[in-house]
Amino acid sequence: MENTGVAINRQTFKQKMQSYLKHPGSMIVCFLTILAAAITTLVFVYLIAYILIKGIPFLTPDLFQWEYNSENVSMLPSIINTLLLTALALIIAVPLGIFAAIYMVEYAKKGNRLVKIVRITAETLSGIPSIVYGLFGMLCFVTMLKMRLSLLSGALTVAIMVLPTIMRTTEEALLAVPYKYREGSFGLGAGRLRTVFRIVLPAAVPGILSGVILATGRIVGETAALIYTAGTMAEVPSNIFSSARTLSVHMYLLSKEGLNTNQAFATAVVLMIMVIFINMLSNFLGKKLAAKEAD
Amino acid sequence: MRSKNVREKVMEIVFLICACVSVLCVVLICVFLFANGIPAIGKIGVGNFLLGDVWRPGNEIFGIMPFILGSIYVTAGAIIVGVPIGILTAIFMARFCPKKIYRPLKSGVELLAGIPSVVYGFFGLMVLVPFIRDNFREQFGGNGLSILTAAILLGMMILPTIVSVSESAIRAVPDTYYQGALALGATHERSVFCTVVPAAKSGIMAGIVLGIGRAIGETMAVIMVVGNQPRMPQGLFEGARTLTANIVMEMGYATDLHREALIATGVVLFVFILIINSLFSILKRKEVA
Repeated sequence: MENTGVAINRQTFKQKMQSYLKHPGSMIVCFLTILAAAITTLVFVYLIAYILIKGIPFLTPDLFQWEYNSENVSMLPSIINTLLLTALALIIAVPLGIFAAIYMVEYAKKGNRLVKIVRITAETLSGIPSIVYGLFGMLCFVTMLKMRLSLLSGALTVAIMVLPTIMRTTEEALLAVPYKYREGSFGLGAGRLRTVFRIVLPAAVPGILSGVILATGRIVGETAALIYTAGTMAEVPSNIFSSARTLSVHMYLLSKEGLNTNQAFATAVVLMIMVIFINMLSNFLGKKLAAKEAD
Repeated sequence: MRSKNVREKVMEIVFLICACVSVLCVVLICVFLFANGIPAIGKIGVGNFLLGDVWRPGNEIFGIMPFILGSIYVTAGAIIVGVPIGILTAIFMARFCPKKIYRPLKSGVELLAGIPSVVYGFFGLMVLVPFIRDNFREQFGGNGLSILTAAILLGMMILPTIVSVSESAIRAVPDTYYQGALALGATHERSVFCTVVPAAKSGIMAGIVLGIGRAIGETMAVIMVVGNQPRMPQGLFEGARTLTANIVMEMGYATDLHREALIATGVVLFVFILIINSLFSILKRKEVA
């Protein structure tokens, strides 16, 4: 934050106040920016505190039972479904995203037309709203490929959704690896493939991981893309072709029914804590990468 | 030696294929949506579909004007609520913020971006809806599920997007601009607002456009607070339905032409988003140049 300009414009509190008396407009503007930041902070604190305070008292052991029924809206099946769906989607999306990024950074020549097209399409993909992914998943996987409402359809849909995130973060991580690593490896006689897998990828791991975790967070929080692809069965699925309700879909259905508000609060707490934890982990790894670059 | 070359070549092709997957996905999404949606628009008639102001699937009347307007009103409201606060917060974080506050504020904004939309929707349903109902019912009527509620909630949701994009745009402005203004005798505020912020204009605009895209595509949070009545929007304090909500509300039981009309609704949304996204990339390219 060296560019805040404080160092070149040092004023005492008294000087500042005198300057404000001369320029009341400046004072108003300064007040407005502080007010805006205060509102943002308030929104953040209020949202999290409200959900936590309302939800934590209802986090009873009953809510973590194996069976879901209308008397006990247990969220354990949904949590398991979320984990399964996330794992499946990552198994599909992570290799695809990483390999694509490797091609873009390590293989493609500068100014390659394909790279430009891939970049534009990835940008397009990342802007498409999740309900459109949901529609596409329903039309393509559920109806045309006859996978029905299933864990697999849902996982494929969200895999496409997080693909651009993984590609972009991996690309950035690969670009951040100093070029001399590659030169050293080539100089020792290693081929391009060996250089990529032995030298470049290991050095880029924190950045890639941070992207993968970010993608995980998006999958865990996703609802609109899953309702009509993975379905709403609140059971632990027997195989990847059975319908599975994830935690955020569970949360939506609970609040839509409006019968189990307290349990919905408790579910919100679990969902929010999961996502916040995941995002913090991703940030932490990203910062670690940045610190390494600074060395 | 030969086998090594073969392996190199094979893997290069594998990487190439993976790179093409995202292109394939975009093509597939376009093909599936358009192939399933366009025939329905043809059957209903482009004018009747886009401009018709009655949606009655039971009588085979499919006009999505109410939902287009609903989406536009809600998004416009979200922009009015979210943009001023977002930009001012970004300015605060980039130029006014004491170091000690910066870290927690920044992580707070990052966390706000990560909270799932259902949680936002639930918060809206439990806090904003009763608030609007209790405070405005006497003067304006309505039951709290309204365009205003959705606009406030969406404004909250697009805050992090606008803050982080605008902040990096403001930080990218060379420090000499600020120093020059100070040297000419301007106050800190005047330097920031009259030289630094205008220089970051296209970056800030890109943030706003990205926010518009988020707001118009948001589904779960809106559906929980907007009321979802399939009629022309009646006023700020009355319920309405957006394009996204229309799809989720009725897809579960729709068949035949009704189902195709819903997919066509998705096509309209998709086209909106494509326009907004190209606007975003144009603005971003301008910033780089």
